[in-house]
Amino acid sequence: MLTLNSITMEDQPVKPRRKSQFVIVARRLSQNSSAVIGFVVALLLALMAIFAPIIAPYPYQKQDLTHSRAAPSAQHIMGTDELGRDIFSRIVWGSRFSLSVGILAVLLGTAVGMVFGALAGYFGRVVDDIIMRFMDILQSIPGILLAITISVVLGPGLFNTLLALSFGGIPMACRLLRASILGIRHQEYLEAATSINASTTRIILKHVIPNTFSPLLVSSTMSIGNVIMMGAMLSFIGLGVQPPTPEWGSMISGGRGLIRTCPWMVTFPGLFIMLTVLALNLFGDGLRDALDPKLKK
Amino acid sequence: MMPNKSENFLSVKDLVVEYTAEGQVIHAVNGVSFTLERGKTFGLVGETGAGKTSTAKAIMRILPDPPAKIKHGEIFLDGEDLLKISENEMRKIRGFKVSMIFQDPMTALNPIMKVGEQIAEVIRLHNKISQREANEQAMKMLEKVGIPRDRFNEYPHQFSGGMKQRVVIAIALACSPELLLADEPTTALDVTIQAQVLEMINKLKVDFNTSMIMISHNLGVVAEVCDDIGVIYAGEIIELGSKEAIFDHPTHPYTLGLFKAVPHIDDEEDRLNPIAGLPPDPSNLPKGCYFSPRCPLVTDRCREGKIELKEIAPGHFCRCIVKIGEG
Repeated sequence: MLTLNSITMEDQPVKPRRKSQFVIVARRLSQNSSAVIGFVVALLLALMAIFAPIIAPYPYQKQDLTHSRAAPSAQHIMGTDELGRDIFSRIVWGSRFSLSVGILAVLLGTAVGMVFGALAGYFGRVVDDIIMRFMDILQSIPGILLAITISVVLGPGLFNTLLALSFGGIPMACRLLRASILGIRHQEYLEAATSINASTTRIILKHVIPNTFSPLLVSSTMSIGNVIMMGAMLSFIGLGVQPPTPEWGSMISGGRGLIRTCPWMVTFPGLFIMLTVLALNLFGDGLRDALDPKLKK
Repeated sequence: MMPNKSENFLSVKDLVVEYTAEGQVIHAVNGVSFTLERGKTFGLVGETGAGKTSTAKAIMRILPDPPAKIKHGEIFLDGEDLLKISENEMRKIRGFKVSMIFQDPMTALNPIMKVGEQIAEVIRLHNKISQREANEQAMKMLEKVGIPRDRFNEYPHQFSGGMKQRVVIAIALACSPELLLADEPTTALDVTIQAQVLEMINKLKVDFNTSMIMISHNLGVVAEVCDDIGVIYAGEIIELGSKEAIFDHPTHPYTLGLFKAVPHIDDEEDRLNPIAGLPPDPSNLPKGCYFSPRCPLVTDRCREGKIELKEIAPGHFCRCIVKIGEG
């Protein structure tokens, strides 16, 4: 313990730390009220997903056929579906799947896209041509169609849905990173890094990507909302997460036949999808403004 | 003609660098040869596009290939031909034995890495030491170039231009290189800072006993730091000699033109005396002497064949048949 302390003491310079980039961005974000609202709502949704077992009043699969198709009441604040399952509980549990599928699919797509984008942007020429033509092919297929096709091929299930949804994000991440790398490719500091003998991998990971990452961060945040919608859409047509696992899209799908008599079955899950997408988009917008040096005051 | 390679720390022989752009071949460096003794400084003077930077980058082997290609030539450092060794061996030399100070400090530093980390990076790439030791050494380096050590954790944008150039110099000197390539280290700085930086480079050069190649288009800078000077024009050294030889007995019409173009403080001069014309298009060099289209002394014979570098006084070479005859 003592030795550890002495090391850190020596490591830190005496002077108080100056503001880091992260602090500056966080401060600028906090001044943007819609971004704060977006962040808070997204945070609440995430907390809801994490603490689902505590928050949900009923187990999500518990059927109560005597109370099926019940309208919202004190007992079931969002009503019940045709099998008498509590809709609020199912929404709470469903947030786990919707949010994790959205976030993980975007992370996966962005990561894969980043690898290709970095290679294409850094090496250029033939590598660039091959990778970008491949991305052209991938992008020429409409995103929804691509997700459906891959889902059908891979079959339903959480992991397969995740894969299917991540594919659509690859070309966008790849293009964005490549474009911003082209902007800095001939900067002298990359040449300087070569001249001090940094390896190509090191240059890409330590010098190129950190300098070109911020547009990607914004677009990824914004696309989480879209991917959640696509995930809901997949379950809606019966391809995504399978029942009885609650998922917002499949809940809407299950209730759509009764939309005239029991509108709560589709309204509440729909409302939550909308809320999530809106929150993430607001936050993404704010993040973009905060990261844009031209808007610095 | 040139002294034997074994006596010299660095010898560049007949270096040819070409760039290919849109099917055209750009002759950037056309047979540059010079030698450098340990601890001495060689000045490479010439206009923009004369091939100064390409020569330096060829020594580091960091020319962007493609489009640049080293067509032929030899670069002996300590008896080892840098153009023949493998990339792996070159990596041990780059940044350790040979390092480079870049021209523009505004772009030569990674904007989102702490300056201290950037110095520590080169130290760690060449020495097997812990992050902490590397940081400690980096702080020492900062102090050596006159920056307080507690600015280790700051980013390049928090520094002024002159300070950034000091950081760039600290990175170049961090591993005590034996050869330092300074590519117009003061061009991007204003005059007072230029003087400070030059003074510092001179001092550090002595402290580290480093040999140096100083690239510049500024004769004043070269006069300040160099022992020997090569004047380069259109990728060729047209005059080569000790600083005294070049400054006291400039011989080549181009060198004379360069000196005439510098205004003197005691003379009343209304106009500067530029050299008429522009450097030749490097993709379409004139036959014979490359300077012939702009030369005031040009004769028909200048345009006929290749002009050789001839010794006009011990250690003083010039590439001109008009001034020194056929020999």
